[in-house]
Amino acid sequence: MLNILVNNFPELMSGLGYTLMSSLIALVGSLIIGTAFALMEISTHRWVSVIGNIYVEVVRNIPLLVITMAFYVIVPQYIAQIDGFTAGTIGLTIYTSAFIAETVRAGIQSVAVGQMEGARSVGMTYSQAMIQIIFPQAFKIVIPPLGNQFINLVKNSSILAFVAGFDLMYQGKIIANATFNTFDTYLAVGVLYLILTMPLSYFMRYLEKKWAVA
Amino acid sequence: MSMIEFHDVEKYYGKFHALKDINLTVDRGEVVTIIGPSGSGKSTLLRTINGLERVQSGQLIVNDFDLADKKTDMNKIRKNVGMVFQHFNLYANKTVMQNITLGPTLVLKRNKDEVHEEALALLDQVGLRDKADSYPSALSGGQKQRIAIARSLAMKPKALLFDEPTSALDPETIGDVLDVMKTIAEGGMTMVVVTHEMGFARHVGNRIVFMADGQILEDASDVGAFFDHPKEPRAQEFLSKIINH
Repeated sequence: MLNILVNNFPELMSGLGYTLMSSLIALVGSLIIGTAFALMEISTHRWVSVIGNIYVEVVRNIPLLVITMAFYVIVPQYIAQIDGFTAGTIGLTIYTSAFIAETVRAGIQSVAVGQMEGARSVGMTYSQAMIQIIFPQAFKIVIPPLGNQFINLVKNSSILAFVAGFDLMYQGKIIANATFNTFDTYLAVGVLYLILTMPLSYFMRYLEKKWAVA
Repeated sequence: MSMIEFHDVEKYYGKFHALKDINLTVDRGEVVTIIGPSGSGKSTLLRTINGLERVQSGQLIVNDFDLADKKTDMNKIRKNVGMVFQHFNLYANKTVMQNITLGPTLVLKRNKDEVHEEALALLDQVGLRDKADSYPSALSGGQKQRIAIARSLAMKPKALLFDEPTSALDPETIGDVLDVMKTIAEGGMTMVVVTHEMGFARHVGNRIVFMADGQILEDASDVGAFFDHPKEPRAQEFLSKIINH
C-alpha cells in the first residue's frame, strides 16, 4: 500500500484536492439550498410548501448517479458546456440538499412553538424571529444528523469518478488499472477518505458539545 | 377612552365555534380578569387581542387598529400590546438580559446602552438583577415568569395580556409573580388577565368576565358582588367548584 502511495503521490493528492474542493462547495451549497427548501416546506402558503415538498421527495428518491448523469449529459447538450467536475458537484449539491432540507425542517419543527410566539409577541417579524430565536436552536438540535449528511456527502463525492471529475476515486481507478494492484490502491484511497471524514466527524462532535452549554 | 373593543366577534377553528358573538370593551388603565372553565375560550379570546389568533368576523379594535381587517400589520399591534404566556416562552438561546433587550433594540431600534440601563431597572423591579447573565434553563418557573413580565415591560406597552401566568408554577413561587403583577396594575397599566387565581381577580382586578362555551356569560364591574352573588348559574357552579376546594 505504501508503494502505491509513494509512486502515485501527486495523482492521489490531486484527487484528494478535487474531492475536498467538490465536497466543500457541495456542503456550503446544499446547506443553503436545503435550508431554503426547509423554509418552503414549513411555509403557511400552501403552494410554496407543496413546491418544497415535491422538490424534496423527487430529489431524495432518485439515485445520486442518475441526478449526476442528468447534469453531465443533459446540461452540456442543451444549456451550457460544463465539465465532469462541475456536473458532479452540482449533482452532489442538489442530491444532498434534499436530505438537508428534511433534517433542517425537522430541527425547526422540534423547537417549541412557544419560542416563535414569544418572539412574535414583542413585534418581531417572522424572519427576525427565525434568525434570532428559531435557527440558533434548530441548528443546535440538528448538528448530529447534519454531521451524518456531511460525512455522506464527502463519501458520495466519489460519484465524480463516473463523470471524469478527477477526484480521489477517479485517480484510484486509473492507478488500479495501471498497476493491477486493486487491493492496495483502494486501501490507500480508503485511508485518504478517512483523512477527510474523520476530522469532519470530530468537528461536528466538538460543535455539538460547545453549543450544548448555552 | 377604550384600549380594546370587541364588536360581535366570531372565531372558528375549522368547524369548531371557539368565540361566539363577543362584545367587550376594555378602557385604558382597566384591569380585567377573565375566568371560566377550561375550553371556554378564555385563552383564545386573549390571543386574538395581539393577533396570535385571527378572528373571522366582527370588529376587534386594539389601540385604534382593526385586527379583523386582514390588511392590518400585526407587528404594529404587538409592539404596543405585550403578552405573558403560561409557559413563559423565554428565548432559550438568549440570556436573561438578551431576552429583555432584544425586542426594544431589534423591533423598536432603540439605543443599546439606554435599553440595557432600563433592563437593569426592570430586573430590580422583579427582584432578579443577579440573574442578568443566566440562561432561562437555569431559572425556576417563578423566576422565568418574572423575567417574561420584564421582557414585556421593556417594550413599554400600552396594554399587557396575561395567559394563565401562574398555572404552570409551583405554589410557593406564585406569590412573587402575583406581587409583580399587582405592582404593574397599580402603576396604571391596562391589563387583561386570564387566570385561576381568584384572590388576584377579586382584589386586583377592577372587572371580571366569566366565559363558558366560547361566550361571555357575565361581565361584572362590581367584582366583590360577582364573587358573593354571581348571576349566571354556570358562574355559580364554577365558583362553588373552585372555592369548595
